[in-house]
Amino acid sequence: MRVAQLKFDELSSSLSGTGLLIPCGPFCIRVRSDLREFQREFYRLYADFPVLDADTYVDFEVGVRSPNPLRRYFRPQVIFTCDGRIPFKPLPLAQAFPTFEWGLNWTIYTHAHDYLVMHAGVVERGGRCLILAADPGSGKSTLSAALAQSGWRLLSDELALIGLVDGLVRPIARPVSLKNASIGVVRSLGPQVVIGSVCPGTAKGDIAHMRAPSPSVLAMSELAKPALLIFPKYGKESALRTTSKGKAHSLGELTRHTFNFAVLAEQGFDALGRLMDQVETYSIEYSSLDQVIPEVERLWERSK
Amino acid sequence: MTAAPYTHLLIETLREPRRAAGYSVGHWQALIWQSRATELMAQLHQALDAVGAMETAPPAARRHLELAGKIATRHAAAVTSELRSLQEALEPLGIPVLLLKGAAYCALGHQASKGRLFNDLDIMVPKSALAKSEQQLIWEGWLPLHTNAYDERYYRDWTHEIPPLEHKHRATTLDVHHTILPPTSGIRPNPQDFFDAARPLNGEFSFFKVLCPADMVIHSACHLFFGEFHKGLRDLHDLNLLLSDFGQRAEFWDNLVDRARYLQLSLPLLDALTQGRRLYGTQIPDNTLRQLKACKTSPFPGFMRAWLFEHALRPAHPSAFGTTTRLANKVAFARSHWLRMPLPLLVYHLSYKAFIAP
Repeated sequence: MRVAQLKFDELSSSLSGTGLLIPCGPFCIRVRSDLREFQREFYRLYADFPVLDADTYVDFEVGVRSPNPLRRYFRPQVIFTCDGRIPFKPLPLAQAFPTFEWGLNWTIYTHAHDYLVMHAGVVERGGRCLILAADPGSGKSTLSAALAQSGWRLLSDELALIGLVDGLVRPIARPVSLKNASIGVVRSLGPQVVIGSVCPGTAKGDIAHMRAPSPSVLAMSELAKPALLIFPKYGKESALRTTSKGKAHSLGELTRHTFNFAVLAEQGFDALGRLMDQVETYSIEYSSLDQVIPEVERLWERSK
Repeated sequence: MTAAPYTHLLIETLREPRRAAGYSVGHWQALIWQSRATELMAQLHQALDAVGAMETAPPAARRHLELAGKIATRHAAAVTSELRSLQEALEPLGIPVLLLKGAAYCALGHQASKGRLFNDLDIMVPKSALAKSEQQLIWEGWLPLHTNAYDERYYRDWTHEIPPLEHKHRATTLDVHHTILPPTSGIRPNPQDFFDAARPLNGEFSFFKVLCPADMVIHSACHLFFGEFHKGLRDLHDLNLLLSDFGQRAEFWDNLVDRARYLQLSLPLLDALTQGRRLYGTQIPDNTLRQLKACKTSPFPGFMRAWLFEHALRPAHPSAFGTTTRLANKVAFARSHWLRMPLPLLVYHLSYKAFIAP
């Protein structure tokens, strides 16, 4: 059973009542929310997600709701809850869906310590994957979204989960978070692209989410072996420039992008070391998707 | 509602971990949620592991418990290294510095620190040395976290600490206190008393001091009972371990009562001891409770307080809630502010939080 197979009213009463069980990376979560706006956005952007059986082990109970009845009507606000905890301060109600997405990211990177949790996009082809690691604003999500619309399978635009034991990357396949100008860029990639409502004026500017392509969501349980690591760097005026990176430099760089490196300590260091032995590493500066995608393809062919 | 069977699940399991052998998957699931909500998962893991009950856990539950154990181990190492840099930063000032709560239990290597996670290191310095300490800490990389003018004023004028500091590289948070209770609460123990009675630490962290056992217990009790109880079960877990250690010395209990009376903090202590005995079965001499009851001065009737504590001290997870738990939590929220602020200030603060805060 998939979310899209429910009628909206069924989904709505489930989210408002006992909650809906869906996979979230390596976890099963129960989602509850009685906020209509959130329910609509969820219905649209999680359409292909499987609804898990009621007897699945539930790792986390999460919710999106008003902090108190007053703030439901007066300057309405929203909070994310995870097992009775509220990790972030309340945000305006219009940001309910981004709040949910940020909350799920938080849930993963503060708990999934049987993985290296890296701030990176991941796409796959033929069982091997490309990891895009970068600071916010470097174009990682936009590039992940564009690759996912051009024949690659999307594992995540935000979090690479690399197994500590097997070194394989676990898909998340949740909606891709797009900011400001990249919303229009991704929308123009074709009629198949589904983008939710634009949420203006968040801490990160305008935000909208792209639904993960159906094949990516359906293949959610297929792990991938890291083959190529790219540090993308978007710049408005940048000329295309590719630089091969040494293993030591890249490992140092990746410690910065790994959320739970401090928690994992030696185990994390070993896992990063193994990753470095599996991948070729480049940094790419670029100013447009037309420029960078052929370059990524070229490096991908070379890495085989 | 699934509430009923899991209401006391966490506390019963912590008290008698062997019960877990008979748990269904539903029990384990709720146990994990509740221990997460109360920040007691690593302590639960220890308790279960000690009696071999981890074997009976479903793999998904075991995964969370073992990861919590892993985090706790790392946490302990991180706290030690944090204390090292803090000692290096503050030692040159030549002022007395007390470690409070989690940091103190950790530096003492006390049983109460095992598996205990905390986000902030808490220290106390004399008020006269506050500006100097703050300046030195900023130089050493701990930068003020709140920049909003309202928050700044809230901390500086109305609480017992300065706005939290965060280390610019390690993102660890440091709370610098100058006394143990907000001055606006109306109870103003003289901080010098705590410094006078403080105990030096042996070994690596000999620059720091910790509160004497009676003060440590009273501070933990105050922290719990002037607060909103969302970490109440965790605080009572600490108190249970502190008291089962300190309480072995016969003179401890009389000292404790005398000290609480002297500091005018008998009521929070009585509440903490009563709740600790109710929930964790903490061993407390009847005479101690009798003596404290004799000086008790709460304006609220006993049955109301019992109701409030019973509900507000449940894990903050719906699986442990009864029909009036949400109401009790609201009352607890109002109560904690009531106790910490005079009425006009309370109205001002809550109005700001309700209408103006972004």
